[in-house]
Amino acid sequence: MRKIIQPCGLHCIKVNHLGVRFGEQVILEDVNLHIHCGSINAVIGKNGAGKSTLIRAILDDIPHEGKIEFKDRENGRLRKLKVGYVPQSINIEKNTPLSVYDLIAAYQFRFPVFLRKSRKAEAEIKKALEVFEAQDLIDRQVCNLSGGQLQRVLLAMAVMDEPNLLLLDEPVSGVDQNGMELFYRTIVYLKKHFDLAIILISHDLDYVENYADKVILLDKTVLKEGSAKEVYASGEFQEIFGVEELPGYVTMK
Amino acid sequence: MLEYGFMRNALIAVLVITPLFGLLGTMIVNRKMAFFSDALGHSALTGIAVGVVFGISDTNLSMLLFAVLFALLLNYISGKSGASTDTVISVFSSCSIAIGLAILSKGGNFSRYSSLLVGDILSITREEIGYLLVIFVVAAAFFCLCFNWLLASGIHRTLARSRRIPVGLIENLFAVLVAAIVTLSIKWVGILIINALLILPAAAGRNLSENMREYHFFSILFSMFSGVTGLFVSYYTNVATGPTIVIFASILYFATYLYGQRELTGRP
Repeated sequence: MRKIIQPCGLHCIKVNHLGVRFGEQVILEDVNLHIHCGSINAVIGKNGAGKSTLIRAILDDIPHEGKIEFKDRENGRLRKLKVGYVPQSINIEKNTPLSVYDLIAAYQFRFPVFLRKSRKAEAEIKKALEVFEAQDLIDRQVCNLSGGQLQRVLLAMAVMDEPNLLLLDEPVSGVDQNGMELFYRTIVYLKKHFDLAIILISHDLDYVENYADKVILLDKTVLKEGSAKEVYASGEFQEIFGVEELPGYVTMK
Repeated sequence: MLEYGFMRNALIAVLVITPLFGLLGTMIVNRKMAFFSDALGHSALTGIAVGVVFGISDTNLSMLLFAVLFALLLNYISGKSGASTDTVISVFSSCSIAIGLAILSKGGNFSRYSSLLVGDILSITREEIGYLLVIFVVAAAFFCLCFNWLLASGIHRTLARSRRIPVGLIENLFAVLVAAIVTLSIKWVGILIINALLILPAAAGRNLSENMREYHFFSILFSMFSGVTGLFVSYYTNVATGPTIVIFASILYFATYLYGQRELTGRP
């Protein structure tokens, strides 16, 4: 794989005037972001605020307006951005004859996985899994993995491609409290040992407070960004996440 | 029995078609396209009908053209429309069958085409085996070059796109390939059972396999085994070949299902 390096802090990714609309409906408009390598950027917002759409737009999976630039801060040169992506979950049914090797090799190598195992691919995949202490899972069936195990496999796969930007959709199901802690610690490990920037869609405000370097509050556009403290104290945050008026039967004693 | 030329041809045809079906079936099952391939099989009637209307004498050609267009259209619509894919396929499939049946039954002539429903592998000619060989080579090449991409785009489209895999192109190529194979073999296998031959060996292979290599090995093995056994048994029992093959494939499916269940529950 690649050498594990310290993040250089010299690259940055700029999202300029990003907008997405489906027909008449505006999902995102004028989103501007400035992301540095070696930082964890958490995107928070209510359901339907456009968080997943933002990820799909950055991945170029859906038509969008605006531009995404990847710059060397030292000399300002534009470079080609490589984006890694870790989805929330994947579309695998019970009993699917797909091993962890098959899954990673399908995305990462050209040698057809149905013919035979390629030694070279197997060695590389094992090495990538070792970073996340998941090398023993290589021959396990993907549908039998726990949520946390699958997450580590997907992370290993994303990092194998040596991305400059890692987009993560935080797992919501199948991962328990310990699993979430492990997930966030793994992200911090990635931040420290790989030269990449991380954008994380998150649903858990407590974890975000503990682990994110920058928090982005999203609702169609960026309402507020900054440290967790700043964002949580802001009026915009209160408006979105503040205590709603509870229905009477909940407050009744 | 192999002293008969038609049996030799039938055996060669079975040896070409069945591994192909075993190979393609795995991805059809994985991508939940069983209904899609079924609709393609049924569209063969419409293809012939369209050929009759436009005066194309080569029914293979008109079937192939129609099935390819039909497959691409289905792919396009199910990608665009908000309705669920199986509803969309059902609508288009019923519509096309109705048109096909209406045209072919005009003047009470439908019985001429009824052999298509069950198929007759004993009537295959050397030239037609040649067509099958060509498509066999094309399909094998496609699988060797694009299998990983096809698998990856079935697991997660956005993830596949993020790796710069041409998801749409691969899906369309696969649909066209399935269309070509279904229409070119429909005369020998029959509209009513062609889908069973695509699905059953792969489904049986799934019962036993833990990874892609085992899956494809078992699927192709089961497909060829039921093909050859079905051909011989149908010769001696004087039963249509297609259904006999499907019966053997079904027996394999149920046997592997029971075996797989035993493995799961851990009983000896």
